[in-house]
Amino acid sequence: MLRRIWAITQKEFIQLFRERATLILLLVAPLLQLALFASAIHTDVKHIPMVVADQSVNQASRAYLNAFVQSDYFDIVATVASQADLVTAIDNGQASLGILIPPDFAAQVKLGQAQVLMVVDGSDSYTTNSAYNTANAISQSYAVSLIHHSVTPLTMSVRILYNPDLNQLWFIVPGLLAALVQGLTLGLTALAVVREREVGTIEALLVTPIRPVELMLGKTIPNLVIAFANTTSILAVAVFLFGVPFQGNLLLFASLAIIFAFSGLGLGLVISVASQSQMQAQQLSGMFNFVGMFLAGFLFPAYALPPVLRAIGYIFPMTYFLPIVRGIFTKGVGITAIWGQVAAACGLLVVVLFAAARLFRASLD
Amino acid sequence: MSNGTGLDPQQPIVVRNLTKKFGDFVAVDNVSFAVNAGEVFGWLGPNGAGKTTTIRMLLGLLHPTSGSTHVLGLNSATQTKAMHAIVGYMSQQFTLYNDLTAAENIRFYGMVYGLSNRDLRQRQAEIIQMAGLEGREKALTSTLSGGWKQRLALGCAIVHRPKVVFLDEPTAGVDPISRRDFWTLIYAMAKEGVTVLVTTHYMDEAELCQRIGFISQGRLVALDRPGRLKQTQMRGDVLELNVSNPDLAMRILKAAQQSGQLPLDEVALYGAQIHAVVPSAEAYKEVLRALLSTAGIEVRSLERIAPTLEDVFISAVNAPA
Repeated sequence: MLRRIWAITQKEFIQLFRERATLILLLVAPLLQLALFASAIHTDVKHIPMVVADQSVNQASRAYLNAFVQSDYFDIVATVASQADLVTAIDNGQASLGILIPPDFAAQVKLGQAQVLMVVDGSDSYTTNSAYNTANAISQSYAVSLIHHSVTPLTMSVRILYNPDLNQLWFIVPGLLAALVQGLTLGLTALAVVREREVGTIEALLVTPIRPVELMLGKTIPNLVIAFANTTSILAVAVFLFGVPFQGNLLLFASLAIIFAFSGLGLGLVISVASQSQMQAQQLSGMFNFVGMFLAGFLFPAYALPPVLRAIGYIFPMTYFLPIVRGIFTKGVGITAIWGQVAAACGLLVVVLFAAARLFRASLD
Repeated sequence: MSNGTGLDPQQPIVVRNLTKKFGDFVAVDNVSFAVNAGEVFGWLGPNGAGKTTTIRMLLGLLHPTSGSTHVLGLNSATQTKAMHAIVGYMSQQFTLYNDLTAAENIRFYGMVYGLSNRDLRQRQAEIIQMAGLEGREKALTSTLSGGWKQRLALGCAIVHRPKVVFLDEPTAGVDPISRRDFWTLIYAMAKEGVTVLVTTHYMDEAELCQRIGFISQGRLVALDRPGRLKQTQMRGDVLELNVSNPDLAMRILKAAQQSGQLPLDEVALYGAQIHAVVPSAEAYKEVLRALLSTAGIEVRSLERIAPTLEDVFISAVNAPA
């Protein structure tokens, strides 16, 4: 049995090394993706283009607008006359936020009842939320600054664990590692079986002593090596290039990463065995990867999902691995804090490998 | 149709009352035969007759609707993997890895069949020699031409020295010289006691088989040595006509066949000659000559000939159920 698995593994390695260009792409592409995503994903939007209709034009209104510019979150891109002009500027995509300061602004401030109008572009959620929240906060703090010598009745003392400076990369990179590894493992094995079916080589394998489970394992092992190399290089780039601190036990992380990669490869095999053509397998793995991003808790926390979607999320290894990677990488916890996830991940691994072998046998008749 | 060939369980290939249905379609219909040890057995029939379906059941890749197959005493359906370890199979499609070298393909299959490293080295050398691939061991399989690929595929199928080998159209699409070389290899195997079941569409290859099973629409319609089939299976005599206008002659004979004017079992063009199967040569020779002469066709020769295997099969296919 071991010799048969080794025969397949060896054959897969030879084929892999023969396609030098593909191999290099497999090893380098995840790093490029990491670099790209890590630089591009910003949940905290700065330099929002803002248009202003200042009908007051005096010291008070200038001071108020100055607070916006000083914050770095807004850039005043145009100054217009009326509310209609504000809306036009947002319609044109010139600005995402418009502020209208009425002519009697200074007088009303003195009376303690000033009002400004904020017009927000509601077509893009990140910008809308960010613009609305930030503009609101700036206005509030400006309002507070107007009340001289007042004593704030409540102050919060905030201590943020693990990432006290709220470094964006620290938030994104560990999850990104999980998302990248899930995507690449799915892709690595998605073609493994269906390719042989399409070119007809499977026909000969079926009449040899090879059993389905041996075929599955033999095809997984070389890909496991690649996936592990990928995980290691992604981790190295995250730590040494992006400076995200690795807090936990590296050995524990490595062994769990192998289980994670293994279940991703297993899921890819299920896709491969269920597919009728390479085209179909590629489409399916792309879809799984995309859906997995949303349901496994990478983009939104999984607990915020409706129950049905959460249930679907359980077929993705990332659902279990995301808390594991954040736990070990960012929080530095040990196995005791994540053993539930680890057990579930192992369970999923067994289920997908069994399903792949079973589906393979069923597809023959 | 079994010509007294009792189904002896000791025989290397035994097929008993084998039936396979796909929905309402009966692909293989109550077929029984057995192949003797060391025999080259031709498994013939038109496309879609059920040849490959039978082989797939023998190999345990398909399960019979009813009946059974045994290979080397092992039930194909229940002892599949044990059987796979001791038989060889070469399928219609080319199944070796094009991105591996010739030697790597042999090595892969050798390992899959559990050969030791020493055995493997010896077999590799033997197969390279058998396939005539000396000096090309390191060539990518995709760069080899048809005949080489075919012989290499055979080599990989017999790397573990199986006692029974199934060859499904092994020579399809290769040149005549390569086909002849391939059959030399088949006979070399048979001489060493290997039982070979082979399918082919080439009639010259069918003549080379020691015994033939002919399947048509799922039913076994003939089973015997090629020489005896020509004597026993042919209903009627074959006339060979050499005429001045074969196309016109064909049209006239076909029309006469369809209208029932002449009881022709079969009319077919073989190159420039026409073969017509009539109930009796003596009774119909002059009838045919008269019919064609009336149409202004010059009949240069009109002779009764010994039937070819092809005539026999066409006759068998057209025989009433």
